[in-house]
Amino acid sequence: MIVAEKLSKYFGSKKVIQDVSIEVKRGAITSFIGPNGAGKSTLLSMVSRLLKQDDGIVYLDGKDVHKQKSKDLAKTIAILRQSNVVQMRLTVRELVSFGRFPYSNGRLTAEDEQKVSEAISYVNLVEMEDKYLNELSGGQKQRAFIAMVLAQDTDYILLDEPLNNLDMKHAVQMMKLLRKLVEDFGKTILLVIHDINFASVYSDRIVAMKDGKIVAEGPTEDIIQSDVLKSIYDLDIDVHNISCNRICVYF
Amino acid sequence: MLKRKIILLLVVALSLASLYLFIHMNFQAMEYLLRTRLEKILAMILCAVSIGVSTVVFQTITHNRILTPSIMGLDSVYMFIQTIVVFLFGSGTFVIMQSDAYFFLTILLMVGFAFGLYQLLFRRGQSNLFLLLLVGLVLGTFFSSLSSFMQMIIDPNEFLLIQDSMFASFTDVNTDLLLISAVIIIVLCIYIFRYRHYFDVMSIGRDHAVNLGVPYEKIVKRMFLVIAVLVAVSTALVGPITFLGLLTANLAREFLQTFRHTYLLIAASLLSVIALLGGQLVVERIFSFSTPISVIINFVGGVYFIYLLVRESKKI
Ligand SMILES: Nc1ncnc2c1ncn2[C@@H]1O[C@H](COP(=O)(O)OP(=O)(O)OP(=O)(O)O)[C@@H](O)[C@H]1O
Ligand SMILES: [Mg+2]
Repeated sequence: MIVAEKLSKYFGSKKVIQDVSIEVKRGAITSFIGPNGAGKSTLLSMVSRLLKQDDGIVYLDGKDVHKQKSKDLAKTIAILRQSNVVQMRLTVRELVSFGRFPYSNGRLTAEDEQKVSEAISYVNLVEMEDKYLNELSGGQKQRAFIAMVLAQDTDYILLDEPLNNLDMKHAVQMMKLLRKLVEDFGKTILLVIHDINFASVYSDRIVAMKDGKIVAEGPTEDIIQSDVLKSIYDLDIDVHNISCNRICVYF
Repeated sequence: MLKRKIILLLVVALSLASLYLFIHMNFQAMEYLLRTRLEKILAMILCAVSIGVSTVVFQTITHNRILTPSIMGLDSVYMFIQTIVVFLFGSGTFVIMQSDAYFFLTILLMVGFAFGLYQLLFRRGQSNLFLLLLVGLVLGTFFSSLSSFMQMIIDPNEFLLIQDSMFASFTDVNTDLLLISAVIIIVLCIYIFRYRHYFDVMSIGRDHAVNLGVPYEKIVKRMFLVIAVLVAVSTALVGPITFLGLLTANLAREFLQTFRHTYLLIAASLLSVIALLGGQLVVERIFSFSTPISVIINFVGGVYFIYLLVRESKKI
């Protein structure tokens, strides 16, 4: 379980995360939604120790993340940030192989190779595994990065806007894959997602943020409500039940 | 593929070394010639390896391919020490400069300078490598200006002594110091080499590296200090040779097209050995010692640097 207690973060004199406390349950998909600049990425970066908070503590399975060995954490929690640029010449397979670093220290075993291949096939890049990253399209690149995180094979997976650049088919496949990881392997997944309908259909719980605070939190069906969404986005959103899913219409 | 390229570099380096060793051999003085030439070769290898290795690692931790450790300002500190000594002791300097104590003192002062920078900027919570480099650059410029000023009021004959030490040279290296330096440099390089897989991960970016369990900030700090010692020893031994690392670290990356530091570190070292041996052969056999080797290296390196700048700016 991830528990954050009274987290705060300043950039300069601006307090972009304001005393946020939250608990994230194991074995579920929790989606973070909210307008641009709400602090979603900052919160996820602090939870995954990429960024140090100015105040508060993050506990991962009961232990302070900043007091644990980085190497051990890398086998428990993995994060993919919102935008990823790698300047080096790397093939897809080489990139995904980095995901095994916490286990292999750079010398891949047969088991590592196996996990790498598995991750590459999860994101449908098998035919492209020897291509260089700069030869890939935006969506293919995004899938390669997701494969790297999957190869890390951690209990907790944090993905900041994983559907960036993905076409509809791949977006749906990706969300189905994440659901499968939760159901079959008991993974705990935290997502930042802007497409409210993807959040509604695939997540177990939703956390809504605005101006550095959590403004709503709960099971998906409690958050996907016209009045709740209105308070988050300041936008009139109709919610319809279509084949057992709650679909938002806001155009 | 990578292994074959490394072997190719090794063969070139070994051929140059044997050429250097046996060219124009005078058999009457064979023993003497072989010994002095071997010493020079050893000095070149030590300098080459420390510059090659330190530059590759420095570029990896700064994520910048047009930087070299000389931006820390160590060269300027070295020149400043030389100038002060000549300024104070005048023509008696030569004896002083040859002594072991002087060698260690210059190393100590350069490393002290780097540690000072480190304490000033890394210890205070926030670890901002670029701020540190900027301060190093500014202080380096300050020391250079001071040196230039003092050089202007020194006796011109004594100035020649300083001018000699402005350029790296392999002609009069002290044998004792060579062995001590060899030990220090080998130990440090082995230490650095143990981190080679971490460097691979660090080169895909800080956040990815942290996510993959690399103690990123810790390694950056450690490497900063190790590089400083490495550069200090090499500079105290043969003098400053700024552009060598820039040239060979980039050539290694271009030639191998890889992120794997196992190969990058070895290739940059071998390329540096090749550059120094080749340069020294040209200096001795073509220019008959009229031009110091570091002038040639800095000329070639400088041209290459401009090429890199132009190329990088075109990309944007
Ligand atoms: N490195 C930084 N330096 C200064 N301010 C920052 C930095 N990173 C984020 N911020 C500020 O912190 C606030 C929260 O940013 P954050 O990236 O967490 O938002 P977000 O919810 O992820 O937004 P988006 O949906 O656009 O990704 C913003 O106001 C942003 O301007
Ligand atoms: Mg964001």
